[in-house]
Amino acid sequence: MKVLTGVHKKIKDLHPHEAIAPGTGLCAGCGGLEGLRMGLKELGDDFLICNAAGCFTLLSVYPFTPLKGSWLYTTMGGPVPAAQGVRDTLDIRMRYRGLEKKENLNVIVVAGDGSSNDIGFGATSAAIHRNLDFIYFCYDNEAYGNTGFQLSAASPYGSATQTTPSTDAHEAGTEINKKDLFEIWKAQKPIYLATVSPREPIDLSNKFARAKDLQGPRMFICMSPCPTGWGFEPKETQQIAKLAVDTGIFPVKEYFEGEVVHTVRPRKRLPVEKFLELQKRFRHLFEPHRQDEVIGQIQNRVDDYWRQYE
Amino acid sequence: MKTSKKIMLTGNKAAAWGARMAAVEYVPAFPITPQTEIVETLAKWFADGTLQGKFTNMDSEHSMFMAAGSAGATGVRVFTASSSQGILHGMESLYTITGWRTPMVIVNVSRALATPLTLEPDHNDVLSTRDCGLIQLHAETCQEVFDFILMGYRIAEDADVCLPVLVNLDGFYLSFTREPVLIPDEEEVRSFLPLYTATQPVFQASRPMARASAVFGGATYTSFKLQQELACRNAENCFNRVAQDFEKHFGRLYVPVEMFHLDDAEYVFVMSNSFATKGKSAVLKLRQQGIKAGLLKLRLFRPFPGEAIASALAGHAKVAVIDQNLAPGMGGITYPEIVTSLYACEDRPDKILSVIGGLGGKDIDDQDFMAIIEHLDKPDSRTPLYLYDENDVSGFNRLQQIAKLKEAIS
Repeated sequence: MKVLTGVHKKIKDLHPHEAIAPGTGLCAGCGGLEGLRMGLKELGDDFLICNAAGCFTLLSVYPFTPLKGSWLYTTMGGPVPAAQGVRDTLDIRMRYRGLEKKENLNVIVVAGDGSSNDIGFGATSAAIHRNLDFIYFCYDNEAYGNTGFQLSAASPYGSATQTTPSTDAHEAGTEINKKDLFEIWKAQKPIYLATVSPREPIDLSNKFARAKDLQGPRMFICMSPCPTGWGFEPKETQQIAKLAVDTGIFPVKEYFEGEVVHTVRPRKRLPVEKFLELQKRFRHLFEPHRQDEVIGQIQNRVDDYWRQYE
Repeated sequence: MKTSKKIMLTGNKAAAWGARMAAVEYVPAFPITPQTEIVETLAKWFADGTLQGKFTNMDSEHSMFMAAGSAGATGVRVFTASSSQGILHGMESLYTITGWRTPMVIVNVSRALATPLTLEPDHNDVLSTRDCGLIQLHAETCQEVFDFILMGYRIAEDADVCLPVLVNLDGFYLSFTREPVLIPDEEEVRSFLPLYTATQPVFQASRPMARASAVFGGATYTSFKLQQELACRNAENCFNRVAQDFEKHFGRLYVPVEMFHLDDAEYVFVMSNSFATKGKSAVLKLRQQGIKAGLLKLRLFRPFPGEAIASALAGHAKVAVIDQNLAPGMGGITYPEIVTSLYACEDRPDKILSVIGGLGGKDIDDQDFMAIIEHLDKPDSRTPLYLYDENDVSGFNRLQQIAKLKEAIS
């Protein structure tokens, strides 16, 4: 098994440089923004973000941008083909029109889980098929967050969303499982694919550092605790993110050169309840009565996942 | 003027040649009947080195127009083509990229929209893009297709415009009809349309910028939309400037609306695209019978040349606006636009008839034109007039009989 040999060992190794200035229109405690902030530290300032409609669209509201690099708002299903057009054009200009290499840009797509799993899914698959040289950053808050938290294909079983509420007839709330985007993307063999957590900054930074020097589709899924949608205090973001890793609910891993490696392994997995009980979206599993079956199913699914690797 | 070569080309090939002579650098493409010959031809030319740049096979028209727009925003000359359902599928992207204000030329090969599904042309597809901020040029002949693409880049790339230009041609009737097309000498084309240099900032590392950021509040939104409106309106003057320059280089003058035997015409057909050729032929035949007919052909459809249309139609007694499209519950789509441009005109026609015909490629023949004349002469002619007669009804009844027969068997 390959071990990620990262350039960063300690927090203080991370770049002090910031590519996103503070004071954006995003919610306080947004886990995804923390992930993007640290990722961009590794990539440098010569980037263009093609953005899908979603929470992160509020990063740039005219006439402001918090970014050192460039920004192009697209549509909910269109950021990846937009990245294709930019990448192709920079290549054409460098090859035929004398554009200097130093004018090149890292083309990055920033999209939520709704765009990634649902409306932009096909276009993303097509770009991986075309071996588009780009970085994809999916901030996964497991629902359509910007519209008020409705079900997306990334919403987990047992969570309540505005369009899958828990009722007497549908106690679990969401009754279907989260789409396994990592495995689906992996099937297309992108050059690099990783999940990252804002609670694992060194792991995250090392993954972006590795991806930076590769060519082709480099796909990131960032666990993005969402205070407003998940129902917790903004100050608890890191704790929630940590519990997602420690319970094994969110596996931190990478796919590179044909192998999946879990880059951060929970030593002894905590019961999933520890993660669930802190969030309003799972409160119906504990109140007014405990739904042991639903909690048990969530636990079983996590156990089944890890059994493959233990 | 350098010598041109004259070759036989289909409308689709003429479109591909237009893109080739414009030295387009990027073509994101997705196939759809009847547009495929355009992208196939361009794919070959990029593959064999005739064209320098990149041809990218995209996964949908939504993606294709998005890639075309972002490429325009990054600084190359972009071309793409679509049709019908493809236009509808890409509609969100079309609205998006006109807002990005990125120049390019898009060719639409008109085909009627489902449901029911068909391959033959009418104009509901192109007119669905009426309000999205594209400049629109509608072509009657293969030569116009070629010429409008060259002119289209000059208009799209003009600093006062910076908008995509859509050139429309009819599927089948023009896309697969060969006509002689003059292809000018490359040097002459370059002196009319130089190689591309962006007139607006484009994405590159030394020039970070945020583009198409969200806005809060109607006033800011309105500011951007009014800029788009002004740019689109600027395109009419720009068209005329470019047309004059085009004439200097190539000897063909295009005006926003073409007037055919209009001077003394008592009856005027207003038409567009390839069926205008049928209209012109009918005009000549009617004149042989002593009926003073004429035709006004719409070339520049967006921006809408209302004044040019009004002054062309003023003083003519009877006008029939032939719409090869249908807005159910309303009628023809261009009819109200023509009427609006005539409203304030003192010398406006006594009668302006709306005619719906040519849907799904249905022919408009000499008898139809005669029926329009007769209808215009009736004192209480209803409007719109649908070009759908007893023969069409009985033909459809026969099909229904077969459908019922099959039902009875199963």
